[in-house]
Amino acid sequence: MIAGMTELRHKYLRHHKKFPHVWCSGCGNGIILGAFIRAIERLKLKKDDIVLAAGIGCSGRMPTYVDFNTLHTTHGRALTIATGIKLARPSLFVITVMGDGDATAIGGNHFIHAARRNLDLTAIIINNQIYGMTGGQASPTTPYGAQSTTSIFSNIEHAFSIAELAVAAGASFVARGTVYHAAQLDKLIEKAIRNKGFSVVEIMSNCHVQFGRRNKMADPVTMLNWFKDHAVSRDEGTSMPPDSLHDKFTIGILADEDKPNYIEEYSKIRKRAKRN
Amino acid sequence: MNVILTGEKSKMSHELNGKKLLLQGNEAMAEGAIAAGCRFFAGYPITPASEISERMSYRLPQVDGTFIQMEDEIASLGAVIGASLAGVKSMTATSGPGFSLMQENLGYACMTEVPCVVVNVMRGGPSTGLPTSPAQGDVLQARWGTHGDHPVIVLSVSSVSECFSIIITAFNLSEKYRVPVVVLSDEVVAHSRETFTIPSTDSIEVVDRIVPNVPPEWYKPYEDNSRGVPPMSAMGDGYRHHVTGLVHDTQGFPTEKQDEIEAFIKRQFRKITNGFFEIQITKKLHIEDAEIVVIAYGSVARSARRAVAMARSQGIKAGLIQLVTLFPFPKNTVVNVMRQCKAVIIPEMNMGQMSREVKRVNTGLTEVFKYNRIDGKLITPMEIFEEIQKV
Ligand SMILES: Cc1ncc(C[n+]2csc(CCOP(=O)(O)OP(=O)(O)O)c2C)c(N)n1
Repeated sequence: MIAGMTELRHKYLRHHKKFPHVWCSGCGNGIILGAFIRAIERLKLKKDDIVLAAGIGCSGRMPTYVDFNTLHTTHGRALTIATGIKLARPSLFVITVMGDGDATAIGGNHFIHAARRNLDLTAIIINNQIYGMTGGQASPTTPYGAQSTTSIFSNIEHAFSIAELAVAAGASFVARGTVYHAAQLDKLIEKAIRNKGFSVVEIMSNCHVQFGRRNKMADPVTMLNWFKDHAVSRDEGTSMPPDSLHDKFTIGILADEDKPNYIEEYSKIRKRAKRN
Repeated sequence: MNVILTGEKSKMSHELNGKKLLLQGNEAMAEGAIAAGCRFFAGYPITPASEISERMSYRLPQVDGTFIQMEDEIASLGAVIGASLAGVKSMTATSGPGFSLMQENLGYACMTEVPCVVVNVMRGGPSTGLPTSPAQGDVLQARWGTHGDHPVIVLSVSSVSECFSIIITAFNLSEKYRVPVVVLSDEVVAHSRETFTIPSTDSIEVVDRIVPNVPPEWYKPYEDNSRGVPPMSAMGDGYRHHVTGLVHDTQGFPTEKQDEIEAFIKRQFRKITNGFFEIQITKKLHIEDAEIVVIAYGSVARSARRAVAMARSQGIKAGLIQLVTLFPFPKNTVVNVMRQCKAVIIPEMNMGQMSREVKRVNTGLTEVFKYNRIDGKLITPMEIFEEIQKV
């Protein structure tokens, strides 16, 4: 049985000095933080063995609040620092949390290469479709036609589908969830951390303040309903007529592949090097 | 445990003990790093630094270390910082274009006080510049390249044997003061081959960072002490704490309180000032009675050494200060010499970067002449000798 939320809060959150947090009321980041600590509880990991590294942005503040080995790195670079930590101490569970801008604009190159390399890291990407912290500028996942503070007329660029990008780049575990489907998130994050390779969980989240307000969804409930109406599971998707899917996105597990991970491969390299 | 020990003297280095080898500067640097306890290297290919990566790629796995080729230099320094946070001595090596990309994470290493060594094998710049020619144009970038007021130590090398020994000094200072150390090499030093005897492991002094000895609940990762250098725990050792590039309090959490901000930034400078006499390394030649003193570093110092010998053989009282430490600038040594000599000459393969520092500390003590070459060619002993004669 999983402990009650109050108990988990006491167990995993840093109590003094760190609150109130920086997130706006109703922000999806809180739901994700909840799902994350529930996943950690299910995995029964020791706090000392967990590293949570974030980039810069609203999402980047998450590590401050949790009682693990935590890092707030440079914008877009969380995966690079996580790579060094994991290689130096493979026994640690290294998890990164990044925003959509953080992971796929400034950190896009690190993201695809981490996926290709298949080092055992978990990347949680909070996709709120906007640069939240800097005030609502268009990001690589802002939808075509949406408004932002740097596209007040209309966004003429096309959005990345992060999870599909991760699959194409070779990540061995890829899933997508939303903050509306909170119970599913726990399981996706848990599975991602269990996977012995590079894992990605893209989470569609609401930034009603910076994104919703400018796109006719000014409150959290409207945004959550939007996720509810536009998310389809893989199975649902296959049974729906293709033209009804154009504004939908898939949730659930998109890839779960067993392939050699970097740490295993490198230990073979060490053996070979020593023979030379 | 998967932990890779730091400072442990490796089996391979023992096998190389006292061996005479024909090595190029880049290769000697890799060997020196391993002797210093470096067990993690991340890099991205670039001329004239690639041989450091190449040697590390097969040497590190032999000593249970890790080599990784990253997607760019930003990622390389990121990975190096991560490995160091997990308790492993780490380094990267690059040249000008890559060094420019590293500046953001170099600032992160300063801010979070993560020991690491960054080698920049200088080539002609700016931009892609002269990939296969030596230069010394990155001296001030090494000091001031990242944004904000920050402490950093910059060392330079002038020979194959210094590539080996100075990289060890770089690791030792980095561990001791918890700052990134930049080592400036150049194309000539990097690619010259010289025979060189690997010192015995026992003769090499290796310094490891101080780790906390208090129970985890007492540990304050950024608390001041007399040295200004807080003990550093490795991730996973039970001292869970927060690391951030934001200005932070003694617990490591972001702060906007004025008294905490100032105390934090000032400590960064104080720790370097405290260690100043140990950090400023120079080598002197014929300084005692010198009337004309050449101040040089890197491959130019080799030419200068020769030029000073030529001048002496002609009866000119010439001397040399070779700057091994460029920053913090070895002010005391330079000023003391300037007090007694008639003129100093600073030959550099740039438009005059260290000569600015020398002029800055010259309060009318002596005459300062610069000699610069920026055509991708090494300054020869003859050129420096002629400058000495002119003066
Ligand atoms: C190199 C660099 N460029 C720009 C910034 C400014 N910056 C801070 S947060 C941010 C955007 C974050 O957006 P996102 O990654 O989508 O995360 P969110 O705030 O929405 O959670 C930017 C551009 C920075 N800190 N560093």
